[in-house]
Amino acid sequence: MIAELGLAVLWMAAALAALQLVAGALALRPDGGQLGGLVRPVAVMQGVLVLIAFVALVWLFVTTDLSVKLVVENSHSAKPLIFKIAGTWGNHEGSMLLWVTIMAVAGAFVAVIERRLDERTLIATLGGQAFISLGFYAFLLFASNPFARLPQPAEEGQGLNPLLQDIGLAFHPPTLYVGYVGLSIAFSFAIGALITRNVGPAFARAMRPWVLGAWIFLTLGITAGSYWAYYTLGWGGWWFWDPVENASLMPWLAATALLHSVSVLQSRDALRAWTVMLGVLAFSMSMVGTFLVRSGILTSVHAFAVDPQRGAFILALLAIDIGGALALFTLRVSTVTEGARFSLLSREASLVFNNVMLCGILGIVLIGTLYPLMTEAYGVKVSVGPPYFNPVSAIFAFPMLVVMAIGPLLRWRRDRLTGDRAARVTWPLAVCAALALAVFAGVEALAHHITLLPALGLALASGLFPASFLPLVGRNLRRTPLPVWGMVVAHAGIAVSLFGMASESAFSVERLAALTIGESRDVGPWQVRLDGMMPVAGPNWTALQASVSTRYAGAAPTVLHPMAETFTNPPGTRNESALQTRWNGQLYVVLGEQAQDGRWQMRFWWKPFVPLIWAGGAMVGLGGLLALLGRVLSDLRRLIARDKIAYRRTRQGR
Amino acid sequence: MSDNTEKPRNRLALWLPLAIFGGLFALFVHGLMRPADNNVPSTFVGNPLPEFDLPAAAADRPGLATSAFRTGKPRLLNVFASWCVPCAAEAPQLAALAQAGVDVEGVAIHDRPEDLARFLANNGNPYAAIGRDDKRVVQIAIGSSGVPETYVIDGQGVIRYQHIGDIRADDVPMLLGKLKEAASKGAGS
Repeated sequence: MIAELGLAVLWMAAALAALQLVAGALALRPDGGQLGGLVRPVAVMQGVLVLIAFVALVWLFVTTDLSVKLVVENSHSAKPLIFKIAGTWGNHEGSMLLWVTIMAVAGAFVAVIERRLDERTLIATLGGQAFISLGFYAFLLFASNPFARLPQPAEEGQGLNPLLQDIGLAFHPPTLYVGYVGLSIAFSFAIGALITRNVGPAFARAMRPWVLGAWIFLTLGITAGSYWAYYTLGWGGWWFWDPVENASLMPWLAATALLHSVSVLQSRDALRAWTVMLGVLAFSMSMVGTFLVRSGILTSVHAFAVDPQRGAFILALLAIDIGGALALFTLRVSTVTEGARFSLLSREASLVFNNVMLCGILGIVLIGTLYPLMTEAYGVKVSVGPPYFNPVSAIFAFPMLVVMAIGPLLRWRRDRLTGDRAARVTWPLAVCAALALAVFAGVEALAHHITLLPALGLALASGLFPASFLPLVGRNLRRTPLPVWGMVVAHAGIAVSLFGMASESAFSVERLAALTIGESRDVGPWQVRLDGMMPVAGPNWTALQASVSTRYAGAAPTVLHPMAETFTNPPGTRNESALQTRWNGQLYVVLGEQAQDGRWQMRFWWKPFVPLIWAGGAMVGLGGLLALLGRVLSDLRRLIARDKIAYRRTRQGR
Repeated sequence: MSDNTEKPRNRLALWLPLAIFGGLFALFVHGLMRPADNNVPSTFVGNPLPEFDLPAAAADRPGLATSAFRTGKPRLLNVFASWCVPCAAEAPQLAALAQAGVDVEGVAIHDRPEDLARFLANNGNPYAAIGRDDKRVVQIAIGSSGVPETYVIDGQGVIRYQHIGDIRADDVPMLLGKLKEAASKGAGS
């Protein structure tokens, strides 16, 4: 009953999306004024209906309705409740339903709150959003119905991939999804503005919080995903340049560029065409990423929901949406008039530079990800890894980070670095640069084995961190607007994260050891001893758990418990690492197999300052959150002020 | 669209994003149409074998060196291991090839003598010589990405053909054909 309700509601939502598209398109004609009134309520209703469908699916998973095919294939009655809920989106059909749900709810939200954008552009935006949604509704209803029933209810479900039974992973994909789909709103705004030829500050103001929100989710999703891969896969690495990781990084890079250019458009009315282009690009990258992950055309450790037929469907959607948007862009952009001008030494110019660098990195990642596919077209198999990605992206990233330190100190439109501006800009930056040089010289002098990239990274991070706070110098900190705080925190977070990355690759110590119980080893400054081995059991897994006592430089020992887990349904294994975090780094312990002579194979890493990678990522996300909060608060203040004025007017009888 | 003519210089550049996307689309379509194939072919096919001299892996068979392949007669080079299940599955086919008069040389990957002896006792021993490659040096040098793999080497020691995965019954005539081909090529060169 619930499944039928969900399906029926999904069909109705799809019908409303069609209505939203048609009404929006007709309303934009010169004589279609009345129909425009229909678009907002329909968008709201569509959001409500699809939310009901999603809740219905969650309910089916929570109650483990074994007559529903999707539940049988992806759930199990013995699974903990939280993973039953997470099972809703841990599969292809459910994740696509989550996708349209976020899309429709976000569309409804735009319809309710956006009042400052001119009505025609908003209608075009909502029409565009309905157009994209319709493609995904068709995909769900015709090719991947999540509510399909089995002819005979099953006895028991078939479980969930053991790797997915992890709290981090349960919430990592939906976080990324919110980010991907949030970018669809930016995409729709870009289309709307192109259709009505209305690219300007009002459009940027309407689009910016959506970009910011999506970007925050992407940042946190990527950070969490990286940490998840680090502690759960037991490989000791935190980024593998895997196609699926790249698929999440590319939209982030585009969204980061978009976030900065939309700010320029909002406050300076410059970079009009460029912002629209990035708006199209950011969501395009989300769709390309989704396609790469689901079609299975690239080999990835994340081989999830791979199906060439679904791939063909997504590819068709991709061609229609992105091809259409790019065609619209090509035809219309020449009618978008040039925005305000600026000189070479200005905040706009530095933002443009960083935009170009971000797009450069995006291109590098895209080419690296697709290169195996290109060569395979000619019958040659290659795989592309860190030796390409690290140095080539650094060529773009390092200049970008230098400009990131300078840009926020510059004035809009035109600046100079002499006279009174020297004390404000040049000298503080020179101090930061000197600090960076000192660190570089120190690293080169003290540690010869460190390669160029990590050394440069350490130096740059040391200069960048203090430089990020320079925009606060001379300001009244209490009156400093929240978005400025957001920028400072986010830029400092980049420096923190960079320091973690560089330190991890410069100073990590790795030891492989076969230990008998009671045996000790040195790992960098640590001394580790295997104390014992114990079997443990959970609700749907059994494991061997090692007790490893660890001492840092002679301090009191602590005991770690790395585990080798075996899952029963479906069968699978996982080596869960154990981590010991100190202020200056992490000890990473993985339990391997038992050798024939009874010794246990263990792997140890000492990774100085590695937690800074994710701490920095969290800071970047927090910075975005502060900026968004500043925007929401100022909107609220304006609304309250408007209500007060209206109230006074009515009281005075006007 | 009267203002189009005002900026003729930019018109072509504007089509660039669409053109790039068109290229990507073509690539994706091609990628989807192509049947999934996760084999990694060796880039050394057509090249002479690298120089190696492996110690014996089994008590009753000699070790294996490159010189063994320069006798003028084409041979099979089988990369295998006792811990590899498909290697046991292909043993009858290797035996059939040896029966047909083919010289089969083995390279045992990352193996222990006692395990290998058990494997050969259980599955038969079609090999004329078995080299012991504990560090996968030879395996990597001939571009083999896994076990089992079987190479056709001509009489001059040049790699002529690579078969990835276990040898099935219907692969046997194919391999015999490749050996015959290699014999004519090796003699001709």
